[in-house]
Parts: sequence; C-alpha cells; structure tokens
Amino acid sequence: MLFTIKNKIMPILAVLSAIGFLWYGFTIYLNSPWQIQIYEQASAEWSYFDLAKDTMAHERPVLPAPHQILSEIWKTTVKKKITSKRSLVFHSWVTLSSTLMGFLMGTIMGITLAIFIVENKAMDKSLMPWIITSQTIPILAIAPMIIVVLNAVGLSGLLPKAMISAYLSFFPIAVGMVKGLRSPDPILIDLMRTYSASRFKLFFSLRLPSSVSFLFTSMKIAIAISLVGAIVGELPTGAVAGLGARLLTGSYYGQTIQIWSALISAATLAALLVISVNIISQMTFKLMGMQKS
Amino acid sequence: MKQSISKKTVINAENLSLIFETNDGAVHALKDIDLNVEKKDFVSFIGPSGCGKTTFLRVVADLEKPSSGKITINGKTPQTARQDRDFGYVFQAPALLQWRNISKNISLPLEIMGYSKEEQKTRIEKNIELVGLSGFEKKFPWQLSGGMQQRASIARALAFDADLLLMDEPFGALDEIVRDHLNEQLLELWKKTKKTICFVTHSIPEAVYLSTKIVVMSPRPGRITDIIYSDLPFDRPLDIRESAKFLEIAQRVRRGLREGHLEN
Repeated sequence: MLFTIKNKIMPILAVLSAIGFLWYGFTIYLNSPWQIQIYEQASAEWSYFDLAKDTMAHERPVLPAPHQILSEIWKTTVKKKITSKRSLVFHSWVTLSSTLMGFLMGTIMGITLAIFIVENKAMDKSLMPWIITSQTIPILAIAPMIIVVLNAVGLSGLLPKAMISAYLSFFPIAVGMVKGLRSPDPILIDLMRTYSASRFKLFFSLRLPSSVSFLFTSMKIAIAISLVGAIVGELPTGAVAGLGARLLTGSYYGQTIQIWSALISAATLAALLVISVNIISQMTFKLMGMQKS
Repeated sequence: MKQSISKKTVINAENLSLIFETNDGAVHALKDIDLNVEKKDFVSFIGPSGCGKTTFLRVVADLEKPSSGKITINGKTPQTARQDRDFGYVFQAPALLQWRNISKNISLPLEIMGYSKEEQKTRIEKNIELVGLSGFEKKFPWQLSGGMQQRASIARALAFDADLLLMDEPFGALDEIVRDHLNEQLLELWKKTKKTICFVTHSIPEAVYLSTKIVVMSPRPGRITDIIYSDLPFDRPLDIRESAKFLEIAQRVRRGLREGHLEN
C-alpha cells in the first residue's frame, strides 16, 4: 500500500503542485496590471501582499486562480440541481452523451472500414487515400456545415454533434485496426494455411484476436478526440447546451472563470473516459489470458 | 537418381526446381530435386543456410509453388494434400496463439476442421499426454518454457492425426539439454505413432540420431548432394551417439556437407 502511494500518487502530486505553483504565479503576474490601475484610480495605498490577494479575487480575471475555478466548479456541480441550465453536471452530460454516441458510431465505422480494407485489395487501394484526406479538412471549418446541412434535412440535437465526433474518431480506429488485422506473424498465417482454414476462420480465429490490443490503443485516442468533436459541434449550434456552449457563452460575456471551469470539466471528462477504456482493455486482456503489455 | 514409386511412397519429387525472383535477380532455391520419402521414414534434411531444405518442406506443404518439375504427396498435388489435411506442420517457432491456453491451442486445427466437441476433448487429452504436458492444459503459452511451447505445437500438429509430419527446425532455438530431451521424446513418439516425418535441421548429431534417411543438401543452387540410409538400430538411447556406427554416419554427413561447400 505504502509502495503504491510512493510510486503512483507521489509523482502525480509533485506534478500537480508544480503546476499549481506556476499557475498562482501567472495569476498574480497577469492580473496585476489591471489591479494596479484600480489602485491608482482610487489612489489607494497598496502593498505587494494586497496585490497578490486582490489579483485572485477578480470577477473577470485574465487568468483565474485555481481556487476560484474550483469553487466555481463546486458551485455549479454540487450546489446546483442537475436539471438546472447552470449546472455543469447537466452540461457535461449533454457533451458526454454525444461523445459516447459519436465514439460508438466512429468505432463501428472504423472497424468496418478496416475489415473492408484488409479483406479486399481494391478497397485497400481506393479507400485509404480518402480516409486520410478526410482528416486533412479542419474540423472547425466543416463542423458548422455538418450542423447546418443536417439541420436542413431535419436532423438536430444529439445526432449531428455525434456525427462530428464519429468523423474524428473513426480515423484512429480504422488505421489502428488495419494495422492490427495485419499484425499476425506470417508464420501464423502459414499455419492456418496448412489447416486449409477458410478466410472466415482465418479472420475470426487469428486476425481479429490479434487486433485487440491495437483496437484498444486506438480507442484511447478516439474517445479523447470524440470529446473534442462533441465540444466543437456545440459551438455553432447557438450555444444551447453542453460544455462547448459553456465555453462560448463564457467568452461572449468575458466570464473567464466560467470558461476555465468548463475547460477543466472537459479535461477531467476526457481523463475519465480514457481511464475507463483502459480499465475495459485490461479486463479484456485478462479475460483473453494475455500477458500484460 | 530416379527412384521408383511404390505403394509406400508418401512424397515423390522429380526434377523439382524453384526459382525466387528477387530485386537482385533470380535465386535458385531448389534445383533438380529427386527424392522419395517412404511410409514411416524419418527423413532429415541437413545443410547450410540457403540450401533449400526449408523451401523444400514448404513446397511439400503447398506454402511455396515449384517453378518446374513434379511433386506428389500420397499421389496428390501439394494443394490437394493440404486441402485433405494430409500433413501436420511444425514451425521453427512454436507459433502458439497467445490468447488461447494450451488445450485451446491444440484444439485450433480441430475447430477449423470441424471435429465435434467430444472428439476435440479426447484428442486434446491424448496428445497432451503424448508430448508430456499433462497438467498444463490451462496454462497460457507465455507461462511455459520454450521447450514446452514447442512440445505443445507438436501436439497441435499431431492432433488431427495426419500421417505425415513436417518439422522445420523445431528445436533450433532451444538449448542443448532441452534439445536432447526432446529428440529422445520425438523418437519415442515416432515409434508410437508410426508417422512419416520430414525433419529439417542444422545439427549433424540431431540428424543422425533421429533419422532412417539423411538428405544432405548444399546451397546456390539448392540441391541434394547425398542421401544416406542409416542402419542404426531402432532403439536408440542417447549414448548411441558415442558408438562407432553413429560416428561413421556422422562422418559421412560431414563429408557430404564439406563437398557441397567446396563446389561453390
């Protein structure tokens, strides 16, 4: 137990405290010009201690102090009803639901494409360039188009946002799965050939199980960019709901504390999502009896 | 070296050649191979790297296509023989599936070939016992030593009861002591199961100890330089390797290898 504390928690705490230290430093540094102006207008006496204290109490600071963000998060999660429009839990859920839906769609799409590419030579030659091209288009440019076009055909709400997530997340899945499905050692392919195994058997007995570790690595990347996709998808919808909407309204009104608390929530959400994928992958490996890698 | 085909002939190769086209030009992997392997033979293929011993085995297994010449396995083309599952193949590496435990690995060919669940179970049990891995059924490959993994892969090749066993340097990566032990066990197994075995090796003592017939090969182009029939007794304790007869055969193999080398 002591061992894990020493090895796992201590490094995290060390990094966290270093970030916190730097953050407070920048808070004071970035907010002080404005604070000094306030002092001068009021021709008040001030010490550096006052300055440090007052730079952390702005309503719309250039950079809010960590404790301001934390207390804002506390106020908008624990102290608000989940159904309230001002609850971060509500907004996080909106973003999370489209993230998960988009991730699911992207995963299915990526795996399907990978199977086509690996099993069909013509597909291999024709699909891959398009898949790569699809990712060279900046998502910020295409996201509003997707929302507008889908809205015109009567689709709005969750689905268009999920499609943006899917658009981003299918790519690492497809690329990872192609690599995974092609990963079996040539010796194993030869082995299956000496059994005259059908393509179907070759796929399900060898290619698919070999690709599992590649799939999970891709899924870790895909779920994180799924979240980015969902947030980007929330920006052009007129900021109705979701963490993206919180970011947008925050920037309309210069509510930096609100922006930062939405950012921190998004980061936490991303971390939790990646950790969940990791846990599922470890459970799967254990189930398959594979050596921990 | 034309050889007559009889009812007992398992593998028959005539004028068999294989040329690989590479970027640096054509490589003559096999040239004019004439060879017969009879039922219940234990044939070793020995020669330096590049002499085509593995390639020949791969042609037999229909993993490579010959460029010219004729080859039959049980009177059939390699492709038909493969489709009829006439042979088991043991590779240089154990080639076990990491996500299957030992008994599941052994059942892989049985699943693919559509054996019933009960049949699978009895065959797994029988073959695990045959290679001395009882008690390790539920272990995963990474939990076993290299020697045990290779034994599991032999059990897998035996599981569907093909009469011909093709072994491509199966013990090449193992240390001397484990190798001796497995050689002894392989001989036991061969006597018990009455299979025909083709065995590729680098090692002269291994070839002489195991075989009824030793095919000496030489590279560039890959060809047969000598075929030696061993008349060592059927029962071979490990210390037979110090007998005069054994050393005499080993001497002849070594001479064959050296002649093949000098010609180049």
